[in-house]
Parts: sequence; C-alpha cells; structure tokens
Amino acid sequence: MAVAASSMHALAMNTDHPAADFSDTPWWLSLIKAVLLFVILLLNTLLVIWFERRVIGRMQQRPGPNRAGPFGLLQTLADGVKLALKEDVTPKNADKLMFIAAPIIAGAMAFVAFAIIPLSGSVWMFGHHTPLQLTDTPVAVLLVLAVAGVGVYGIVLAGWSSGSTYPLLGGLRSSAQVISYEIAMGLALVAVFLYAGSMSTSQIVLAQKGIWYCIPAFFSFIVYIITMVGETNRLPFDLAEGEGELTGGFHTEYSSLKFAMFFLGEYVNMFTVSALATTLFLGGWQAPPGIAAIGGGMFNGGWWGLLWFFIKLWLFMFFFVWLRGSLPRVRYDQFMRLGWKVLIPTTLVWVVAVAFIRAAQLGFLGDSKAWGGIPRATLIVIAVIAVIVLAIAWVWDTKQARKDNEVTAPPDEVNPFAGGHPVPPLPGQRLVEPVPAIAAAPAARSSVDNHSEEPRG
Amino acid sequence: MNGPDYSYAPLLFFAGIGAAFAVFSVFAASIAGPKRYNRAKADAYECGIQPSPHAEGGGRVPIKYYLTAMLFIVFDIESVFLYPFAVSFDRMGLFALVEMVLFVVTVFIAYAYVWRRGGLEWD
Repeated sequence: MAVAASSMHALAMNTDHPAADFSDTPWWLSLIKAVLLFVILLLNTLLVIWFERRVIGRMQQRPGPNRAGPFGLLQTLADGVKLALKEDVTPKNADKLMFIAAPIIAGAMAFVAFAIIPLSGSVWMFGHHTPLQLTDTPVAVLLVLAVAGVGVYGIVLAGWSSGSTYPLLGGLRSSAQVISYEIAMGLALVAVFLYAGSMSTSQIVLAQKGIWYCIPAFFSFIVYIITMVGETNRLPFDLAEGEGELTGGFHTEYSSLKFAMFFLGEYVNMFTVSALATTLFLGGWQAPPGIAAIGGGMFNGGWWGLLWFFIKLWLFMFFFVWLRGSLPRVRYDQFMRLGWKVLIPTTLVWVVAVAFIRAAQLGFLGDSKAWGGIPRATLIVIAVIAVIVLAIAWVWDTKQARKDNEVTAPPDEVNPFAGGHPVPPLPGQRLVEPVPAIAAAPAARSSVDNHSEEPRG
Repeated sequence: MNGPDYSYAPLLFFAGIGAAFAVFSVFAASIAGPKRYNRAKADAYECGIQPSPHAEGGGRVPIKYYLTAMLFIVFDIESVFLYPFAVSFDRMGLFALVEMVLFVVTVFIAYAYVWRRGGLEWD
C-alpha cells in the first residue's frame, strides 16, 4: 500500500508541469510560430464570417453572399476594405482617449488566449523539434480566464466612453452577462482539472488518451457549452446588442475599422472558447478513437494533429451558427436566472460529485481494489444524491418562476385615463368614461381631487 | 527546472503582434477614411430622435449591475480557490476531499443567503 501510494505520488508529481517540451525551441522559432498562429487566426476569422453567412443563408432558404470571389469567399475581405474606407466618427460627448483604447483592448486581448492552445504534438520545423503550440505553463487554463477578464474592459470602456445612452446600457448588460457566466464556466472546468490533475493544456490533452473528458465530465461539458455561448455574446444570448431595444449595444457609436475590431474580437473569442472546449473535453488534437489506433498511431500527432484539431474546432463553429439559425433571443432576466440560479448551484454539486468519483477511483474511500473499476455502491450513492439535489433546485426554481408569473385578473371596468395617458381596454372590459370636460365643468371643479391625475393638456 | 522561466515570452510576442495589429488598424482607419463634418453626425445616436441629455461621466446606472459585479468577485474567487485543490487532489488523499466538501458547504451557505435576500433577482 505504501509502495503504491509513493509510486502514485511520483506519477502525480509529473502532471503539474506542461507535457509539451519547449527546450528545443529557440526564441526566433517562437516568434515565427506566433506570426503563423496570428495569420491562421485571421484567415479563420475571414473564413468563418463567410461560412456563417452562407450557412445561415441556407438555413433560411436563400443563397447568402456569392458574388465576391469563388462562392463569395472574398466577401469578408471586401467588407473589411469597405469599412476601412468609411469615415471614422467620434461623437462629441465621447471620452476621446478611452473611445480609442476600447477597440484596441477588445481586438488585442481576443488573440492572447489562443497562445496556450495545443494545435498538435511535436513536429520538425526549421531543423528543430517543437510542439505546435506557442507556449504552455502550469496555469495555462487560468490564463485563458484571466485574459477573458481583461477583455471585458474593452466592452465596459466602449459603452462608457461613447457618451451615449444605448452604448452605456449595452456595455453594462454585456459585462454583467460575461462575468455572470464566467463563474459557471470556471466551476465547470474544475471537473476536468480533477480528472487530469493539471491545468497545463498539453498535459490535459495527453491525459485524454484513454477517454475524452466529454464523457466522464459530461455535465461540465454541457455547462461549458452553454456558458461559452453566453461569454461570447452570441445568439440566443446576444442581449448586449439586442437590436430591438439597444440598437447596436456597446458598439453603436463605433464606425470604420474601430467597429471592425469589435467584430474581429467577437469572432476570435468564438474560436478561443471553441478551441478550449476542444482541448479540455474533446481530446484536443488527438485523432478520434477508431483512427487513433490505425498503424500504431501514425495519424495521431505530428502534423496530422492539426487536421483533427481544426475539424473539432469547426464543428463548434457550425454549432454556433446552427444556434443562431434556430433559436430566438432570450429575455435578460431569464438569462441571468439561468446563470445564477441554475448553472452555478448545479455545477457546484457536480464538482463535489466528481471529487467523490475521483476519490473512489484513486482508492481514497478505502473499498476500491481495482484502479479502473469504480465501486458500484459509491457511484450509485453519488448519482442518487446528485439527481435529488438537481431535482430540488429545479422544482424550487419553477415554483418560484410560477409565483413571479402569476397574473392577476384584470378588473371588469377600466378608466382609460387613470394613469394620465390613454390606455385602450382589454377584451371584455367595460370603459368607465371620464366625465366630459365641457358638460361637467362646474362639477369637475368640485371634484378635482377625484380626477387629479387627468391630463391637463 | 533551473534558471529563468521563458514560457511566458512567446505569450508576450503574441500579445505584441495582436496589439500592433489593433493599433495599426485603428489609426489606419482615421487616415484612410473621409472626413466630412456634420453637426448631427457628432451627436449621440438614438435612432434619429433628439438625443437625450447625457450626464457627465455616464450618469447613474441601475444598482443591479453593481451588485452583480460584487457577487461576481465573491463567487469567482471562491471558484478559483477550487483550482489548486483540483490539481493536487491525487496527492492529498481523503484530506482534500473532506476539506473541499466543507469549503463548498460554506460557499453554499453564502449563496443561499444571497438568494434569500433577493440578490439574485432581476426585474
């Protein structure tokens, strides 16, 4: 037992540091990789905007952009050039410095998080053996959350500095939305760290050799999918720019390439959250289980990893577009209720459940002989507890919602001018006409207090 | 691992490229585009109606946003506390499990309190 514990100890010690080996990567190669990654991200963004418009077009039975270039592929580029040639308007109420800083923060910060995403394993590149990953640290995933936090500044400052009502409201809404969903997202990731024993992305990918974490951490996966849509302000959670109520949200006052920076930031953020989902839940650059076994893993790693990574990444992009094509926008209070009252408590319970499962797997609970086989009793107990707690939370919430939504029956008679402005009667209501002004002039003078809220004009 | 840790240097390269691109774009736009002054164009955009007067520094905002930000700080820090525990769970054994359950229970007490006092309502 002591031997087993100490060997387990040694095994666990290794997972703390990144698995990717950067010792053969000189600084100039890092620079080349950084430029390449940047170009890849920009091209992907150009492509995904076209992809989104084409797919949405197909979903709505119309062709979508098909004029600029083959299949309309150059449409995004044409739009970018057009934006660059438009006037850059700064409203007169704007805080000039912050008005310029906000799009720069939003555009620049969107890229940074992608640096820790492993696109593949090690390859030969310019005579050096280097991982297809810009960098990795023992706290890589925490870094993504930190960068996402800084990115919110772009939104808040854009809304605040515009000196206009709609952007201010849109910026506030958007930042409240992003930070609310960041809690649930952060909690969902805890289950992955528990399984992998590491926060280094390359280590997490390697730990999924046996089974992708979307299966043992399925609930975390679901919560992450929901929160990543909320984080990126995409439909059905794009309340920050609900056109019907806020015109354009925080970027209403922006034009020209400043607006393009926000647009770019939004799409790069979509790539970042999807890449993180791929890395943490879908095995990162590893080939799908069937293909991974072919030829002793000849398709698993190296340059092949890029293929699998981008296939998984683009499946998420399709999912984003699909959501936009299918679902209407939710109401803001419903959105906040989902985040704070459903996702956070259930994810907390889920984290505890995963901790118990993990403890049972590692033999901390005492009754486990086999490493792989989870004691059935423990599992059942955990499942039952989790289901009960989820059920209670759900029942409580629906009851609360029903109480909030209870409609009081409208009265049979209605005074259309009671509130000071004309209100039409509901079906079945009878109008109580106010006393006609001319005929009742002497009478009205004596009963001024009864009709004090009547309009004067 | 001895010597300085260079694993953050590529991150700085990458952030530098992103920032340079953003700064270049923003300033290129102000040079490339036309400039035609128009009093109405510089007004705040409110769908064509007269813009409502805007207070200095943004004016007042609903208290709910402030409350959300405070709750975010509290709960986000609590969730970050779970990270080191999760990473070193394999090494710490049953002790970690017990400690974590106690921690989550305290978080739940705070959460129930906030819910009960109406801190999570939004109307």
